[in-house]
Amino acid sequence: MTPLQVFFQQLLNGLTIGSIYALIALGYTMVYGVIQLINFAHGEVFMVGAYAALTILLVLGIAQPLVGWLLVGVVLLCGIASMAGCGLLGLGIERFAYRPLRTAPRLSALITAIGVSFVLQNVVMLLYGATDRRFPPVIAPLRWEVAGATVTILQVIIWVSSAVLMLGVQALVMRTRLGRAMRAASHDLTACRLLGIPVDRVIAVTFCIGSALAAFGGMLFGVYYNTINFHDGYLTGLKAFTAAVLGGIGNIPGAMVGGLVLGVLEALGAGYLSAQWKNAFAFVVLVALLLWKPTGLLGERVAERA
Amino acid sequence: MRRWGAALLIVACGLPLITRNAYHIDVLTGAGLYALLALGLNVVVGFTGLLHLGYAAFFAIGAYTYALLNLHAGVPFWLGLLPSAATAGLCGVLLGIPVMRVRGDYLAIVTLGFGEIVRILFTNLESWTGGPNGLLGIAHPTIWIPGQGVWGFGVRSVPYYYLVVALTALTAAVCVRMNRSRVGRAWAAIREDEVAAACAGIDTVQLKLLAQGCGAAIGGVAGAVFAAKQGTITPDSFDFILSVMVLAMVVLGGLGRVSGAIIGALVLGVLPEVLRGVEQFRMLLFGVVMISMMRLCPQGIMGALRARGLFRSPSSTVDAVPAA
Repeated sequence: MTPLQVFFQQLLNGLTIGSIYALIALGYTMVYGVIQLINFAHGEVFMVGAYAALTILLVLGIAQPLVGWLLVGVVLLCGIASMAGCGLLGLGIERFAYRPLRTAPRLSALITAIGVSFVLQNVVMLLYGATDRRFPPVIAPLRWEVAGATVTILQVIIWVSSAVLMLGVQALVMRTRLGRAMRAASHDLTACRLLGIPVDRVIAVTFCIGSALAAFGGMLFGVYYNTINFHDGYLTGLKAFTAAVLGGIGNIPGAMVGGLVLGVLEALGAGYLSAQWKNAFAFVVLVALLLWKPTGLLGERVAERA
Repeated sequence: MRRWGAALLIVACGLPLITRNAYHIDVLTGAGLYALLALGLNVVVGFTGLLHLGYAAFFAIGAYTYALLNLHAGVPFWLGLLPSAATAGLCGVLLGIPVMRVRGDYLAIVTLGFGEIVRILFTNLESWTGGPNGLLGIAHPTIWIPGQGVWGFGVRSVPYYYLVVALTALTAAVCVRMNRSRVGRAWAAIREDEVAAACAGIDTVQLKLLAQGCGAAIGGVAGAVFAAKQGTITPDSFDFILSVMVLAMVVLGGLGRVSGAIIGALVLGVLPEVLRGVEQFRMLLFGVVMISMMRLCPQGIMGALRARGLFRSPSSTVDAVPAA
């Protein structure tokens, strides 16, 4: 491959993992937008989503690659089921762990979030074991040559489905009553209450949507890497959070841009520098960017105080 | 409050006389090290209101500083404490300068990034730090006893226990004094409202750097003790989870309270060992306890006790709970 083709290939790989980061980052940024909480348990919800998809695949007994409408059906079933499950999980977490702390100091909710992530990790570990679980090969290894780079059908599925979901979220937030309520809540919760907006319900729905997006990301992650472990939520969640901050936390298009940028930078960093430094690379970029633009790529000044 | 502190210290000193079980002493030593870390982080997060998510980095810097000085230059533990504290403190200040521009939760993320970068550096700079295998054969502390000659701590439990108790008590005393001093009041002012503090003539830049330097230096001391006790260190010991755990101790105990940092560290430090009996469900229960405790006392343990009129110290000037 010529250097240009190598670059192109890394770019495509980066966009793939970047799409997954972006889906998870959306949940971080939406929750942060309405209640200024860094939801540390979000990475765990992503991991639970991957396990939920795995469970459905195992229940369906799928052992060889699918094609055609069957593939579409199974992907949709898996996606919808794990999104619904994790959406409910998100609702439950909000209801039992965060809502009682609405008026408490903000750091208290942060600690609860850490507690929640311990609980989720260990429940999954007890149910599925501590070792890596393999995903059955659902998707046929179809591949095409595009300008010298290889594109797999799986990558195309990841791009298309995450693009659809992201456009859906953007439309929901910008064009519906619910979205308007979410945007209002992110400006001023008290004023929203005075105006009769059911703030608690808006916050709950935000958690639900964010968790569902993370679950879908989890399913894609599991299918893409072929394996999932109960530890995977931590680092991926951390990176998705980085992506959300990169784009300016609380900003929905920012999370998408941040996710894609982080994915691409990471792939290029791993390809050209060294895979050993891959994880450091993401954080160096983050620190450098925040020092240059203290509120992220697309962020406005949000939090004045810690 | 001072009376309670003295009582706790006496109990702590007496404990090894009651239990001869080395395992119990080791657990308490670990909790004491956590207390030291929580005290340091409390200066940054509790006193000054700067959310720091990479505190484990200073612990690591302290540990590696002593380990490298000891392995390459044969520096003994007691001499190594100072450079460990100084290096960590300097790193705290050096990190503090560029992040002056970043506020609130963005600061939390930059510090998180810093913590991860430091850990990855220690993992990848193999020729210096031994990479993922870490450094081996770090010397244990020794003391000279008149008439007995040089006596090494070795792998005994009790000497480290007393060392940690002494350092924690000393640090706690210094923290209490600092919090009540002019500097402490300035930190509280920055925490409550940085703009108002600056308008009142407080040099916010200098004081924030001071807080970050002090907090980091305490972390460095804890790191040196850890390295000397273990004899080996690996980068795994200094991951993000450690930063998060120490933060949880500070918040759970009661943010901005010296007593809170110690109580939080004792509770969260000992709890996983108490739960050893239910090995499989240990971390699950640990998470459940964290959630329930935060629900029961959102202001932290000491905050809840004070709200019920217990442990109220008459001379405490800073009783307001930080908004962060």
